[in-house]
Amino acid sequence: MSSTIISLPDQTTARLPRKSYLNQEYGLKSWLLTGDHKRIAILYLISITFFFIIGGILAGLIRMELLTPAADLMATDTYNKVFSMHGIIMIFLFLVPSVPATIGNFLIPLMVGARDLAFPKINLLSWYLYVIGGIFILAAMVLGGVDTGWTFTTPLSTHYLNTHVVTAAMGIFIAGFASIFTGLNFIVTVHRMRCPGMTWFRLPLFVWGHYATSIIMILGTPVLAITLVLVAMERLFDIGVFDPTKGGDPLLFQHLFWFYSHPAVYIMILPGMAVISEVISTFSRKRVFGYTAVAFSSVAIAVFGFLVWEHHMFIMGVSQYSALVFSLLTMLVAVPSAIKIFNWAMTMYQGSITFETPMLYAFGFFGLFTIGGLTGVFLATMGMDIHLTETYFVVAHFHFVMVGGMLMAYLAGIHFWWPKMTGRMYPEAISKLAAVVTFIGFIVTFFPQFLLGYLGMPRRYAAYPADFQVLNVFSTAGASILGIGYLLPLFYLPWSLIYGKIAGDNPWQATGLEWQIQSPPLTENFVEIPIMDHEAYDYEWLANKTQHEVQTVG
Amino acid sequence: MDLHNETVEHNRAEHAGEMHIVRPPVYLGIFFALLVLTALTTGMSYVDLGVFNAVIALAIACFKASLVVLFFMHIHYSSRLLKMTVGAGLFTFMLLISLTMTDYISRAWGRF
Ligand code: HEM
Ligand SMILES: [Cu+2]
Repeated sequence: MSSTIISLPDQTTARLPRKSYLNQEYGLKSWLLTGDHKRIAILYLISITFFFIIGGILAGLIRMELLTPAADLMATDTYNKVFSMHGIIMIFLFLVPSVPATIGNFLIPLMVGARDLAFPKINLLSWYLYVIGGIFILAAMVLGGVDTGWTFTTPLSTHYLNTHVVTAAMGIFIAGFASIFTGLNFIVTVHRMRCPGMTWFRLPLFVWGHYATSIIMILGTPVLAITLVLVAMERLFDIGVFDPTKGGDPLLFQHLFWFYSHPAVYIMILPGMAVISEVISTFSRKRVFGYTAVAFSSVAIAVFGFLVWEHHMFIMGVSQYSALVFSLLTMLVAVPSAIKIFNWAMTMYQGSITFETPMLYAFGFFGLFTIGGLTGVFLATMGMDIHLTETYFVVAHFHFVMVGGMLMAYLAGIHFWWPKMTGRMYPEAISKLAAVVTFIGFIVTFFPQFLLGYLGMPRRYAAYPADFQVLNVFSTAGASILGIGYLLPLFYLPWSLIYGKIAGDNPWQATGLEWQIQSPPLTENFVEIPIMDHEAYDYEWLANKTQHEVQTVG
Repeated sequence: MDLHNETVEHNRAEHAGEMHIVRPPVYLGIFFALLVLTALTTGMSYVDLGVFNAVIALAIACFKASLVVLFFMHIHYSSRLLKMTVGAGLFTFMLLISLTMTDYISRAWGRF
């Protein structure tokens, strides 16, 4: 229960290492053909940032349109395309790869004590597939857009719309394989490449979270891929699986789509939780409370996440009896998430907490994810859901978990491991400001949407009754604040690449294996494969180690 | 380092154990079994068994898929971990079917 106080090392003496993965080789080709998981992580980081900016601009357009009750900024069918592209880009091209493909890619080998992922070439292939998928989706947008919503609802998508449904679906299909390959690589790496002494229960919880995510990626994504192929076939050849006049059933599409897409929301949160475990432990200087419970709750979420999808279909005409079962199961799936929250709170209890930027983002995660998760339980209640479904309440629910939860965790992770990835510190004062601005902007943007939804404002409409305007103005104003919060890191992080303070090996005095090597790491990660001779989060081990060690710089 | 070399050796040994050489007659046998089963499916489509039409066709298809996975994809000779991995896929598929069926079976029961 006790925390170990460790004094932070003096950063003025730290030097950048002469050799690292960043200057091992130069030139575009050395990046585009690399097998190094760290370089692929950087490639992913750059590409998802690109798509995040595009998705963000589309979000800005949505909020601008909703500033006034009338549909006056754009034509209503343009509005449909804008929110559809926003959802498709943010979910499939940003949130799904956000933490796993960048931070996870960079860290999983370092954390298990390996020199790379199990299949470096498949890892590179994953990035190429992601980029090709992204190009398809951009093409669909530039050629005139899609207006099905990110959910491709049939028969709208198969029979009634004239937009680039097939192109966008192919893009998602291809990007899906990028995510399957990432998952495959993680699972094999964790099984086969752990260093000597690294037992399953000595793995950092970050690795457990990613392991659980990978299970969903591998088992769930193929279902999405096939479902989208069926939509495309239905459009192109009229095969009739979703068409009642031919013996098909449009609800079958919903079953198949949500069979992936509910587990997928856990693809979009488990890696975030994985980040939070590391951050909380480091800045409380304590072992994560209930390590085993947190580890298994990740796996439980991955497994039970497959049993609840019908809660997206309660009002679609599914069987009442079946819906009852799914309602119960949905409430149960909130339990493992709650286990995590309680264990993190207990981790902080009596810790020596400090408030560096990653910790501020982690606090943001706590509050916002908890609200998001609990409103999910509201929605799981069938009676409530009839009133709230397809309103802004649902929009607020999933933005609390996906933006308030995952995006906060992503930014926590980027700041936390920035010194390791680049060898330099981000500027502390302005980044703290960014974390606070993001939190405030988030609340002002999305809290009013709960009220709007409760009052009955439907989602996906460009116009609304004048009564709702005040809350919508709040929401749009908040979005501008939020935008500033996200713009700040886009400026100061690149700035810090040149002007940031030199970080040194272990600026946070964290215990993970990744912190015991130089920053930025060598291409081969470890000069010698480490031997894990202590438990995870053992701050006493670290204190002893730093006492006996002269800082060496390679 | 010693410890590490040991695990590497160990992994190699394990790998060598997994590498099972399948003789051509086995492959040919499976191939012909698949052909025969395909013929059977085609044949059965001329016999009207009512609801059992689909059941029979699917049963034959499942049997064929199992042959492919077990022999062509070598799962029959693979480690327990790989068997479990395939099992997990199958299990997930069963979840998809069975939980979806909870809807289709009881949809006509009306409201409670
Ligand atoms: C913690 C427990 C959670 C529960 C009980 C829960 C429950 C629900 C329910 C019942 C709905 C359906 C609402 C409706 O359409 O009427 C829903 C929608 C949604 N949830 Fe959650 N949720 C939880 C966590 C999450 C997480 C962690 C994420 C993502 C990271 C998420 C993302 C979404 C999304 C994207 C939708 C809306 C999809 C759409 O229609 O576009 N949820 N949630
Ligand atoms: Cu769901």
